[in-house]
Amino acid sequence: MYQYDPIDRQLVQQRVAQYRDQTRRFLAGELSEDEFRPLRLQNGLYIQRHGPMFRIAIPYGHVSSRQLRALARIARVYDRGVGHFSTRHNMQLNWVRLDQVPDILAELAKFDLHAIQTSGNCVRNVTADPLAGVSAQEIADPRPWAEIVRQWSAFNPEFAYLPRKFKIAVSGGPDDGANVRIHDLGLQLVRDGAGELGFKVWVGGGLGRTPILGQVLREFLPWRHLLSYAEAVLRVYNLHGRRDNAFKARIKILVKALGIAEFARQVEAEWAHLEDAPATLTETEVARVAGHFDNPAYEALPRLDAGFEFARRRDAAFAAWAAHNLHAHRVPGYAAVTVSLKAPGHAPGDATSEQMELVADLAERYGFAEIRTTQTQNLLLPDVRLRDLHELWLALREAKLATPTVGRIADITACPGGDFCALANARSIPLAQAIQARFCDLETQDDIGELKLNISGCMNACGHHHVGQIGLLGVDRNGEEYYQVTLGGAWGLEASLGEVIGPAVARDAVPATIHRIVENYRNHRRPHERFIDTFNRIGAASFRDAAYQNESTQYERETANG
Amino acid sequence: MAKIIKHREIVEDAWTVLRLAANEAPDSVRLPAGPTLVPLSVWRARKEDLIRREWEQGAPYGVWLAPTDDAAELAADLDDLPVVAVDFPKFTDGRGYSIATLLRTRYGYRHELRAIGDVGRDQLHYLYRSGFDAWATKQEPEAALAGLDDFSEAYQSAANQPLPLFRRRAS
Repeated sequence: MYQYDPIDRQLVQQRVAQYRDQTRRFLAGELSEDEFRPLRLQNGLYIQRHGPMFRIAIPYGHVSSRQLRALARIARVYDRGVGHFSTRHNMQLNWVRLDQVPDILAELAKFDLHAIQTSGNCVRNVTADPLAGVSAQEIADPRPWAEIVRQWSAFNPEFAYLPRKFKIAVSGGPDDGANVRIHDLGLQLVRDGAGELGFKVWVGGGLGRTPILGQVLREFLPWRHLLSYAEAVLRVYNLHGRRDNAFKARIKILVKALGIAEFARQVEAEWAHLEDAPATLTETEVARVAGHFDNPAYEALPRLDAGFEFARRRDAAFAAWAAHNLHAHRVPGYAAVTVSLKAPGHAPGDATSEQMELVADLAERYGFAEIRTTQTQNLLLPDVRLRDLHELWLALREAKLATPTVGRIADITACPGGDFCALANARSIPLAQAIQARFCDLETQDDIGELKLNISGCMNACGHHHVGQIGLLGVDRNGEEYYQVTLGGAWGLEASLGEVIGPAVARDAVPATIHRIVENYRNHRRPHERFIDTFNRIGAASFRDAAYQNESTQYERETANG
Repeated sequence: MAKIIKHREIVEDAWTVLRLAANEAPDSVRLPAGPTLVPLSVWRARKEDLIRREWEQGAPYGVWLAPTDDAAELAADLDDLPVVAVDFPKFTDGRGYSIATLLRTRYGYRHELRAIGDVGRDQLHYLYRSGFDAWATKQEPEAALAGLDDFSEAYQSAANQPLPLFRRRAS
């Protein structure tokens, strides 16, 4: 993991002092609401339904055991002992007090943690693959590049008041666990014909009100130009992005208005002035940062572990967990383990302070004291020896952290919804629980196979419903909760946006509607065909007919409500 | 006389900022006496008037840029302008940071670069790093001045420091 040096630490501490003074002046009436809002947002503080929501950065999803314990303690002292892990490598608290945020930031800073630019119209926390450094498929480790981008974007003076938020993802490629195409700027590591490392650059992706997938801005950008090129992209956006309408202010709208060719021409023209400027990366700097991510001291182990194999045969529940929650590791004898935050009856992505402390302990006992957060709102232990898996599983199961549903329909991604968020039309969490209850049987889930289900409480799309194979969007119909159903979304490089299949469905009818959609898939699929592939083959109409059969009452209500 | 922050000091300031009222046009607006910052449109329409006025009355002029103005328009004349200002109608409109960066790093502007408009203490540090060296702040300048030094280091290159931290770390 990246270790702060005295300069990194001093910057974070100065940020705490700055925000402490800003909070003091706001509370003393020296700063107006309007003056204070962008300042608190850039320190992670939203004003929410029940009070502030506070978003802590977990840059590119990396957190040490020591840091996770600090997060657990902060959740206990300043909140109700629960943290919510979001889809973009943040941990959110929902019950903090505005006047205590400077103290929380000071506490975080002791552990090299912060909330810098986790909200507001600035460059946000950078996203990367949860399996970075673990996956055998990756072209190169994205983490050093993500850290270089983090440093470049932190306190960047030119880009603190952008037209709208700006999210960057770095993917080790080629399976794109970072979802580059749903980010404002996506950096996919590739090699050119000569074997040189660089980035395929994607721009203009984003979900929200106007979902758009990123387009290729540049097929190959040599690695040393990463920062100067990002500067050119941001400058064109800062100067020309729309500022008259917040809903049209994201870079995706600018790219769409200009067309990708004209946008690329403007970026290249700007970059022509910056190419080979001092911002050009050096081998020394890349080596310095990459050194922090050097291989931990892996043991030389056989590819198979007899104890693990034996336990799998002996214990069906363990075998089910191992089949779903493990990921192949490039080092023989190791696996990466998803720590599921999807226990039935619990809010997706939530972890209690006790659970966080346990995971921190387990990361030390069965790993290199490192934990990842994933875009599917789970945690991940990246380096577990196969021989330790059974013990680890027992400990996780005890703490309800071993729900064996990774990649299945019950592994639901959901925003906090109307139970917490002032923007939401709908309460995503109880709905997620109702769907999980409907599909609680693992055998059924396995028969259904890979199926991503995402729920957003409003069109800001924090639950990424557009890229769920089944997506649910909460809408308000005269004060009642309805859900729009989208099908056919996909993540990663096969990314696609789901299409709305028909009128919104009343909340109570959603689990049955999903059941009919899933049954339609099971009736039509070919052997080994995934839900998404069946959908793409037979099209939306078949699913629409299935979804809305026996739903005349729903139609009548829709019509009656106009 | 108003006070501004310039080169980290609080100084008396004699400059008037000319803003066009709705019924005024760039080619006919009356130019005030004394040192005057004019909008880009007035500079464009009245460059010869401005030069003559400076020659005859000793009244210097500068130009202020709105967020929508292109700094490149001034590029050839920058040596002649003792003050260029960038206006922030709202402090959340960050175009002025890029305009200042371009004036300093691309067009080589060396004289006073002043932030005017909705500019306060909490913007001063980033404005400084983007190339500004003077500020007409909405608060008393004494209260705003403290915001200049919120941070003592910076990761990235910027107008005030072309070398990013990694190049300075390495040396």
